[in-house]
Amino acid sequence: MTEINTSHAADTIAFPKGEAAALGMSRTHLVMMVGLVALVAMAPFAFYPLFVVKVLCFALFALSLNLMLGNLGLLSFGHAAYFGLSSYSAAHAAKVMGFTPELAILFGVVVALVVGAVIGALSVRRKGIYFAMVTLAFAQMVYFFSLQARFTGGEDGIQQVPRGQLFGLISLQNDMTLYALVATLFVLGVLALYRITYSPFGHILRSIRDNEGRAISLGYRVNLYKWLAFVLGAGFAGLAGGMKAISFQLASLTDVYWGMSGEVVLMALIGGMNTFFGPIVGAALVVWMQNELASFGAWVTIVQGLVFMVCILAFRKGILGTLGQFLTRKL
Amino acid sequence: MSIFNIPIQLFSTQIMLGLINGAFYAILSLGLAIIFGLLNIVNFAHGAFYMLGAFGALLLLDHLGINYWAALVIVPLLIGLLGCVIERSVLRWIYDLDHLYGMILTFGMSLVMVGIFRNMYGATGLAYSMPPSLQGGFNLGFMYLPASRAFVIVASGLVCLLTWLAIEKTRVGSWLRAATEKPQLTEAFGINVPLLITLTYGFGVALAAFAGVLAAPIFSVNPMMGSDLIIVVFAVVVIGGMGSISGAILSGFMLGLVEGVTKVFWPQASSTVIFVIMAIVLLVRPAGLFGKQD
Repeated sequence: MTEINTSHAADTIAFPKGEAAALGMSRTHLVMMVGLVALVAMAPFAFYPLFVVKVLCFALFALSLNLMLGNLGLLSFGHAAYFGLSSYSAAHAAKVMGFTPELAILFGVVVALVVGAVIGALSVRRKGIYFAMVTLAFAQMVYFFSLQARFTGGEDGIQQVPRGQLFGLISLQNDMTLYALVATLFVLGVLALYRITYSPFGHILRSIRDNEGRAISLGYRVNLYKWLAFVLGAGFAGLAGGMKAISFQLASLTDVYWGMSGEVVLMALIGGMNTFFGPIVGAALVVWMQNELASFGAWVTIVQGLVFMVCILAFRKGILGTLGQFLTRKL
Repeated sequence: MSIFNIPIQLFSTQIMLGLINGAFYAILSLGLAIIFGLLNIVNFAHGAFYMLGAFGALLLLDHLGINYWAALVIVPLLIGLLGCVIERSVLRWIYDLDHLYGMILTFGMSLVMVGIFRNMYGATGLAYSMPPSLQGGFNLGFMYLPASRAFVIVASGLVCLLTWLAIEKTRVGSWLRAATEKPQLTEAFGINVPLLITLTYGFGVALAAFAGVLAAPIFSVNPMMGSDLIIVVFAVVVIGGMGSISGAILSGFMLGLVEGVTKVFWPQASSTVIFVIMAIVLLVRPAGLFGKQD
């Protein structure tokens, strides 16, 4: 009962057997990856660019959560801590320290990696449901820290963060230029996460999920692998947070609050946490839903809560998981 | 009189506030532990039921004129009943799944409950007027002890003690312990385990609602009051380990005290000290102070 995948092995995120592979991807995944890149390239002409920027930031955030959730079956329930800390750090670096945007985002990623390394080392000492509680509790600690620390601006957050000039040369003031940067980082992030997921390292993560005792007896240092996955997940969450802070010129308490941690779980869940691309679909859906319901106040929370319940009770495979089952293909 | 140059009034007041927080941690982690033992669900909605308890007391007073003392009985019963209904209609379907699903499902439940109350009452706090019999207090010589706060500590201590006695010393309690260890075997002995599960969830939720009624006169009643509290209670549960009832009660009160003492010496750290203790416990005794390794 400790692993999240109690059904048969075909549901897992694992690489499909026997399908022709190219560039290290199955044919289905190759088609999806090309489709995704094409979609990202065309989206700003069809939608409001900043809306798509938001979707991309959250999609990367949800993918970073799913690195652990999908492959290890461990829920980092306080994932907003790394997203939010990086958001604050990048905003502070760009506004107060005068960093160029790429260095500000990098600074955010480094902060997220360091904090993730410390919290991860402590959290992987517990398994299953305790792991979720521990990570949530540490995230709350980060939240209290952000509430009290001076540089975060307390309730106001860090506002009017300059987008600055990329490499000191290209101004990001234009939304389309900004979009190009975010889209590039997003695609690079997705490719890196894909590579990690289907590398030998990723296979070992899934073997730990499916049978931890066996992985230990085969000589794998299980906690080291969990920790590495945790740190990587925190780093990519940091990348998403830094991109978000620069793009929307704002870092606030919302970014580190448990509500944000819950939202990103919802994204992975709706899209399908046992698929690689699912969290991207989930993120697009949740961000769209928030936009549609923005004027209805607390109704957003109620609808999100109901979607959570419906997903758990009747739709656990998520959109891509269900679609994949229908098409008898691993999406 | 002073301790480490800190006036004893300040010191004992913070100890008292710490004990009050500890009382809430204890009741809530007790309920979480009982529910987790039998249902294998980490009840994220526990904080929301605590909030419902406080609002229940407020609404009964405002609309029906039912006072605090009656609310202490009626509200936990009503919310407990609601818990039973939720267990039968919603939770029942996920017992065979991984623990994570239960936590996420109850998380969703709490979002719905909190959202509904935020829609109706906004995010600001409402005041519950102190019942006349709890106004005033006792002068203990070294400090002034308000009756309302003394009552919270005594009442919650008593409820924890009674719950512990009921589980450890009564027949129904022995069924509960048996069903927690080996549900199928217990059922084979003719005990109605599904009913026991329903009642256990109802009881755990009623405990949270009782804590909510206790909280109504001393804290402000607002829709978010349970959400932040429940995360601290998770840390308490990780520190104590969910395996033991007395462990949950003890670590609840203990950590409340630690928080109070921290507030005297280093006020800024008081909101994070429990998480720091959790980190130390994870390093030294990963299974928790009273727990078995998972």
